[in-house]
Amino acid sequence: MAEHFDAIVIGAGPSGNAAAYTMAKGGLKVLQLERGEYPGSKNVQGAILYSDALERMIPDFREDAPLERHIIEQRMWILDDNSHIASHYRSEEFNKQPYNRYTILRAQFDKWFSTKVQEAGALVINETTVTDLLMDKNRVIGVRTDRVDGEIYADVVVLADGVNSLLAKKAGFHAELQPKDVALAVKEIHFMPTETVESRFNISGDEGVVIEMAGKITKGMMGTGFLYTNKESLTVGVGCMLSDFKASKVSPYTLLDEMKQHPSIKPLLAGGEMKEYTAHLIPEGGYEAMPQIYGDGWMIVGDSGMFVNAVHREGSNLAMTTGRIAAETVLTLKEARKDLSARNLSAYRAALDETFVMKDLKKYRRMPGVFHKNPQFFTDYPDLVSQAARTMLTVDGIDKKTKEKQIRKEFSSRRSLVGLLGDAFKMWRAFE
Amino acid sequence: MHIVVCIKQVPDSAQIRVHPVTNTIMRQGVPAIVNPYDLFSLEEALRLKDKYGGRVTVLTMGPPMAEAALRKCLAYGADEAVLVTDRAFAGSDTLATSFALASAIRQIQNDMAVDLVFAGKQTIDGDTAQVGPGIAKRLDLQLLTYVSKIESLDLEKREITVHRRAEGGVQVLKTKTPALITMLEGVNEMRFATMPNMFRAARYPLKVWDKDAAGIEDVTKIGLKGSPTIVSKVFAPTAKSQKASMIETESGDPRDIAITLLTKLFTQHPKLEKEIGKRAA
Repeated sequence: MAEHFDAIVIGAGPSGNAAAYTMAKGGLKVLQLERGEYPGSKNVQGAILYSDALERMIPDFREDAPLERHIIEQRMWILDDNSHIASHYRSEEFNKQPYNRYTILRAQFDKWFSTKVQEAGALVINETTVTDLLMDKNRVIGVRTDRVDGEIYADVVVLADGVNSLLAKKAGFHAELQPKDVALAVKEIHFMPTETVESRFNISGDEGVVIEMAGKITKGMMGTGFLYTNKESLTVGVGCMLSDFKASKVSPYTLLDEMKQHPSIKPLLAGGEMKEYTAHLIPEGGYEAMPQIYGDGWMIVGDSGMFVNAVHREGSNLAMTTGRIAAETVLTLKEARKDLSARNLSAYRAALDETFVMKDLKKYRRMPGVFHKNPQFFTDYPDLVSQAARTMLTVDGIDKKTKEKQIRKEFSSRRSLVGLLGDAFKMWRAFE
Repeated sequence: MHIVVCIKQVPDSAQIRVHPVTNTIMRQGVPAIVNPYDLFSLEEALRLKDKYGGRVTVLTMGPPMAEAALRKCLAYGADEAVLVTDRAFAGSDTLATSFALASAIRQIQNDMAVDLVFAGKQTIDGDTAQVGPGIAKRLDLQLLTYVSKIESLDLEKREITVHRRAEGGVQVLKTKTPALITMLEGVNEMRFATMPNMFRAARYPLKVWDKDAAGIEDVTKIGLKGSPTIVSKVFAPTAKSQKASMIETESGDPRDIAITLLTKLFTQHPKLEKEIGKRAA
């Protein structure tokens, strides 16, 4: 006798957990299937947790969630080969509770989130891969797993199976990912004593620092680097568009290795012991690359729906929000005893349109295109900005006016005046 | 037929490290698994059940988190699972553990007589190989360790015949049941759990016993009090920093390389040359 559920959620990442949690909390009979050994075993993220998205589901998450440090300082670095020019924003306001952002270690955080899902009443089964969606004409009616007697039925299937979303592809909901729409990120976690982390970053207690980096560390590829402080470790990584990796033939681990050797970064990592190395794809195609996200008996949430704001390095909060809203849509329809057809599930998309998720993705819809066509943002500009700073800061008997002229000349020789104005306009249009 | 399989949840030793400063074992973030040796015993028990019918009960003593290990065994096909957990067990060595498990097996017997008890050959964290034999002694069971094959089981005559790996060969042993068996590694392969079993394992209401439910009255036999073994020091051996030397010959002929290697070895260890010479003669 095959099992039947109100909803099956495929995947136990942030979006899947949010969907399963919300539906189970709402009283539905929910099954969550995860292919990894335990929830979180396959998940990779920077990883910054933005409180808001989680707080809307679990208001008291701070009581027992495994959080590393709350972020009180954000650094933005632009690097050339041996310097960095930076803006730091540090505020005592970020030390006021409730905190807004935390660094987390995903392996621990996801386990915690999953216990919440189970406490809410969802049945969670690990080490089980969904191989096919069961269809009745155009309608999804369940899933088939890789196990004997593996057919399971449900009124709705929520696809939270991550960036590659093999299932959505197999079912034809989703075209093959394009290398220009996905970034490949690699990261390492370096362990060192808490005191070292605190003294190196001028923090104490649970305070944390985030460094976002752009410039020549990505060798002209569209991407960024990052470094986050955890309790007794540092997370360091870099991600670039897959199409750029392909064209440049640079291997991701070489890129990270060289980035770690940068004179601005090396001293921060000194003495640490690398304990974790991971790589993951990030869907960064944005609004333009988003697939259809609902249909008869199915919905897509999280990474599989391209819900990532690449400009602001946000992903898990979009994942959780899409998961929650998909779940709320199902709850509303179930309550009204309405069919979970494409027509009725379109309420999911409509509700998302009203949130920051769609608004932000729409706002930055041109951004991927601009950066793809204009690599100078990752090559010439870091050099120029750095040179300008160096020129101004070197005291060598040359008057400031001449120095300013020199800087202007550097800019216009590397990039014509028209080019400069054009770049400014492109950025303004993309950010507008 | 009723088989009890004793298992242990252990940290995945492949991922364990010793803290460089404090010399303590760092368990943080190390995934917990079912002791791999136990799975060969569980699979063999499940095969006997497939053949003769009956019940397989998995039993473990450990902290509440050991539940995950039991559920895994249920998914493979075990019928019942008992977790014996109590703060009073903290600090138990193999003597105290075998006492507690033997006591729990007596309680399990009350429900249905036990024909066979399986245990892992040893654990990957303690490596003592003492708990299985300890249980056998306390319950007065025939002891069959390092079993590579169960040749036959006669439930009527209560007889079992097994192949046991011994030094220099294989012993074929026949004995009476009830018996305690520890399987050799690599003699079978754990099955892939079916979907219905995954559901059953996820929903199964686990039997959680404290020391009283496990029938333990004498608390001097369990926990630290019941454990004569004292871990006085844990340390990581210093890594050897000898450099490898390359053996090269002009010809590159393997025979020449071998001769050069032997000459080098014998110059360094003259005793070895004499010894080998004697044996060859």
